[in-house]
Amino acid sequence: MTLQPPNAPDDIPATAALAGAPAGAFDRRVRSGRRIKAEHIRDYGIVVFVVGLFIYFSLASPVFLTSGNLLNLVYENATVGIAACAVTLTIIAGNFDLSLGAIFTLAEVLCAWAAVHWGVWWCFPVAIVSGAAMGLINGAVITKLRVNAFLATLATALAFTGLALAVSGGFEIIPSKGASTFTFIGLNRVAGIQYPDLILLVVAILLQLVLYFTVFGRHLYGVGGNRDAARLSGLKVDRIVIITFVLTGAACGLAGLIDASTTGQGSASNVLGQNLALNAIAGVALGGTSIFGGIGAVWRTVVGVLMLGMITNGFDLLGVADYWQQIVRGVLIIGAVAVGSMIERR
Amino acid sequence: MSASEVATIRLVSIGKRYAGTSALDDVSLEIRAGSVHALVGANGAGKSTLGKVIGGVVRPDDGEMFVDGRAVKYATPRDARGDGIATIAQELALAPAMSVLENVFLGIEPRRLGLVNRRAMRQQYAELIARSGFELNGDVNVGSLRTADRQKVEILRAVNTDARVIVMDEPTSSLTSVETEALHRMTRSLRDQGKTIVYVSHFLDEVLDLADTVTVMRSGHLVRTALAAAETEESLVAGMFGAAAEAEQFEKPPPSTAPVMLAVEGLRRKGVLSDVSLTVRQGEIVGLAGLVGSGRTELARAIAGADPIDGGKITVDGKERRIRSPAHALAAGIAFLTEERKKDGLFMELSLAANTTFADVPAVSARGILRRAVERHRTRQLLESLNVDPPLPGARANSLSGGNQQKVLFARWLFCNPKVLVLDEPTRGVDVAARAAIHRLINDLAKEGAAVLLISSEIEEVLGLAHRVLVMRRGAITREFAADPPLGDVMEAAFGLPGSET
Repeated sequence: MTLQPPNAPDDIPATAALAGAPAGAFDRRVRSGRRIKAEHIRDYGIVVFVVGLFIYFSLASPVFLTSGNLLNLVYENATVGIAACAVTLTIIAGNFDLSLGAIFTLAEVLCAWAAVHWGVWWCFPVAIVSGAAMGLINGAVITKLRVNAFLATLATALAFTGLALAVSGGFEIIPSKGASTFTFIGLNRVAGIQYPDLILLVVAILLQLVLYFTVFGRHLYGVGGNRDAARLSGLKVDRIVIITFVLTGAACGLAGLIDASTTGQGSASNVLGQNLALNAIAGVALGGTSIFGGIGAVWRTVVGVLMLGMITNGFDLLGVADYWQQIVRGVLIIGAVAVGSMIERR
Repeated sequence: MSASEVATIRLVSIGKRYAGTSALDDVSLEIRAGSVHALVGANGAGKSTLGKVIGGVVRPDDGEMFVDGRAVKYATPRDARGDGIATIAQELALAPAMSVLENVFLGIEPRRLGLVNRRAMRQQYAELIARSGFELNGDVNVGSLRTADRQKVEILRAVNTDARVIVMDEPTSSLTSVETEALHRMTRSLRDQGKTIVYVSHFLDEVLDLADTVTVMRSGHLVRTALAAAETEESLVAGMFGAAAEAEQFEKPPPSTAPVMLAVEGLRRKGVLSDVSLTVRQGEIVGLAGLVGSGRTELARAIAGADPIDGGKITVDGKERRIRSPAHALAAGIAFLTEERKKDGLFMELSLAANTTFADVPAVSARGILRRAVERHRTRQLLESLNVDPPLPGARANSLSGGNQQKVLFARWLFCNPKVLVLDEPTRGVDVAARAAIHRLINDLAKEGAAVLLISSEIEEVLGLAHRVLVMRRGAITREFAADPPLGDVMEAAFGLPGSET
């Protein structure tokens, strides 16, 4: 297996290939030869690792490499993936969001509530708009009240979770009228592929394109890379930060909608929601996006999330105990981040 | 370690380089035990760096250092402390959540049965205070103290650790005159007890008043070491700035009658700027000289909207502008090159293309979508015209040398086609070749019609380029000179020497 030299020596190399940009347009002289450098290990080591793991599971388990299993793998990680892709933008812009799961849960409860009380079609806009509104609250608290993002989202997460319990009264909200509409996204397929898989794909591609091809995306890297310089370059830094939180909130709302649709109910005590923030951020970090901002990409997050999902799926198939999976995931995250910062320090 | 022990510090051919520029070059020096030895020089002359070498804060690249005739190599200030050398730094190193008392005795608390003996600590502190003549309550938290009082804590701490040599780096820059006098009294009494004081300062009157010996530094070189009694403020200034100007002298046009591009009237900011007014005409380079802390950078940042102001009017190209943020300044056509290239200038992890276009990405986009090919093309053109090496739009900023990085920062502002360029230390930390290239660039930009406000702590740079020179002191513009004024006059104005006020 060989490591490819970066095909585009720009700020986020491999994205050009993913986005289908012409790689030939770049100056070939900048490519630092064919030798594998430390940077390449940092940038593409995780990809190599995922491919290796994929091959291993394919050989070790007869079930792993079947379309049914692979689709399930993505399906199980779609909600985490959507939240993780969006929070990648927040993290690149130099912030942090611990309230992903709480937004997800409250949006899920609200959309089920709306489906019951206002009519089933309301579940779609309510999930996404309420998610975006919660993101707006996060962004406003962080930029206007100058509360550290870590603490701010920890606190709003508490409040959102409490609100979800208050709205649901601690019970599942089950929209029985129009149930087929409510569960449409969660339980149906197009061309054999589950809707959540498709939604993840669309969200990931869209956000990656935004990062790589738009002025807004460029500004995100600047704000995260050097906030003072971004301000001196005339950027409205607060506004940009708020937008990342709103996008992340909307994405978590969408994820909540998918979960509600899959389970056919809205519930404030949802294990997926409780672990969502940490799982999503673990995926972001594993993919190689810097927790300090300024460096990263959405495709990396997709790789990171799928890798975590693959470990669960593959080890389940091989009958490895759950606690081993957790240990392996923990070690991997530390390993990936440590390799990154070791190379950074040289 | 007893206080009567004699320490002599000898430095032989000390050199220190930062990113290709040398901060210290072949500096040899002897510091007698029991004396106050002052290090003076302009900003960037290397006096602070030299003090840091002695205190173990900075490790020299070349040369040797001897303490009591024994060769030493300090890796940390702690090593130096082991030899009885303590440093009182400009950036104070105290624990803000602890009391004055706890800070002064941190690590050397008097103990009884392994516990801190608070009573003994108080008693020793009282003696220390009595000896020093400082007034400082030992029970207040250091975090609540003003800078001057924190400095006292540092000094008390150094004295308390029985340091034989105390390096003081600009100790009075934030003290009131009464406090300065107290510090000087204490310094003298320390000397009389046989301690050695290395006193880094740009306050010449203080230095002459206090020091036994003075070493004059200039651009990293040692000019001379002499008895303070043999020096005057004028002789020190002459030594600090020399006769020969190093910077290229550009031809200055006759006094300009071109339209005023930038007019600043009555700009105020509490404690920083008092009633500053100036104008810069189209095609004119106005140089702003002054010491560190005179308000040069603060003025630049105020004009650029980077810092808030309390009052004043800024007019660009005949139109009064309300500038409350860098975005406003840019919209008005003012570009601001920061003195802190790394801290608030470049995006180190991003490409040169991203760095170049960052202040006006829409110029290389259509409907919010980047046109990367256009961006690369325009970046390459600009980088080539500035002789950036390599002129590769895809290279990362952190892969370039300091001089090239500075050119990229220039590229960002030139990309915006500004009417007014505010340049704060445009050649800081760049090598000689890049410096000359940047000087030519500034001269050319003015020829092409840009209005340039040039701020530099290197007076030669200002004199080499400026069509008019303004001198700042204590937040106000105190003197104005036409092109090519005598260097000594500008310096005397910057130092506020008597006779220079008009």
